[in-house]
Amino acid sequence: MLESREVTMRFGSTVALDHVTLRLEPGHIYALLGPNGSGKTTWMKLATGLLHPTEGQMLWKGETVGMHSREDVAYMSTEPFFYPWMTAKSVGKYYEDFFADFDPARYEDLLRRMDLAPGLKVKNLSSGMMAKMKVAVTLARRAKVYLLDEPFNGIDLLARDQIARTIVEAADSDTVLAMSSHLVEEMEAIADWAVFIKQGRLVESCDLETMRQRTGLSMADRYRQVYADLGAGDKEVL
Amino acid sequence: MNFDPMLPIWAQVADALKRDMVSGRLKPGDRLLSTRELALRFTINPNTAARVYQELENSGLCETRRGLGTFVTADAERIAALRAAMAEELLRGFLSRLQDLGLTRGEALAMIEAAEQAQPAGPSEE
Repeated sequence: MLESREVTMRFGSTVALDHVTLRLEPGHIYALLGPNGSGKTTWMKLATGLLHPTEGQMLWKGETVGMHSREDVAYMSTEPFFYPWMTAKSVGKYYEDFFADFDPARYEDLLRRMDLAPGLKVKNLSSGMMAKMKVAVTLARRAKVYLLDEPFNGIDLLARDQIARTIVEAADSDTVLAMSSHLVEEMEAIADWAVFIKQGRLVESCDLETMRQRTGLSMADRYRQVYADLGAGDKEVL
Repeated sequence: MNFDPMLPIWAQVADALKRDMVSGRLKPGDRLLSTRELALRFTINPNTAARVYQELENSGLCETRRGLGTFVTADAERIAALRAAMAEELLRGFLSRLQDLGLTRGEALAMIEAAEQAQPAGPSEE
């Protein structure tokens, strides 16, 4: 399992994460929730080994996250990560060279289902196409951990359904899958666990069906409740 | 399928399968989708899909045979009982709502007959 123990992350005087202890187990799809600047992206970057915690420990299978865990962790960042001169096909090749678990056949299949021609040039992609390609290339890895930062951003409704289905498909009893999104409703049915992070602190990590039964609230309602005092709009903490 | 976020998702999917059993779209003894296929079919979490079959199994409507999959119960009487229970639930809700509107039983019956004449009842397909 992937876990943070009392992890604190500071950027200068800004506290992005404040003593966060969180455990993600295989066999679940987690929704990481919170307005912009809550610390979701920071947590994912720490789990990927792209950042190192100021305090506390980030562990994958009981060992500190680092080079060995990168082989198991597929991370999709919000920033685009392809070179403009690449084509959809060459992005696949690039990934294949980089990650032993990359499945070219699966990538091809995902591109087809997302209506992306292999010859498409990265520099000509619309924001929606770029978003779909990021998801395709990330989920084409047969990873043990998938961390998807905002997989539904900039994607139209039909493609969002396609991405939701692809996420369900990638989930397995031995994979950890976590996604963050502002589109809380999109995650309602596919996530089975919700993690609420507020201003760098973990508020709640709960089984969704149990939470719905206990409170009579949907995940979206609970979200409104947890962040009610932050007011409308995103509060930038970072 | 659009889910009501206020109700458990497994219950909503289980209801959809129950309706298929009652309408005959799923027949007694039919093999059901695998848990994974069910999750993809409804775009739901695989654990939720497993819960659907677990609950249907608990109520005797389906059975899992190890290595073979999950099947609709072969017991047609159970399906008939399910149909009766679902119809009864629908009817109770319907009657209580008519009562809320202040309609008497006689008025309600007259309205049902009038509606049937206006639109002959028959097997309806979604």
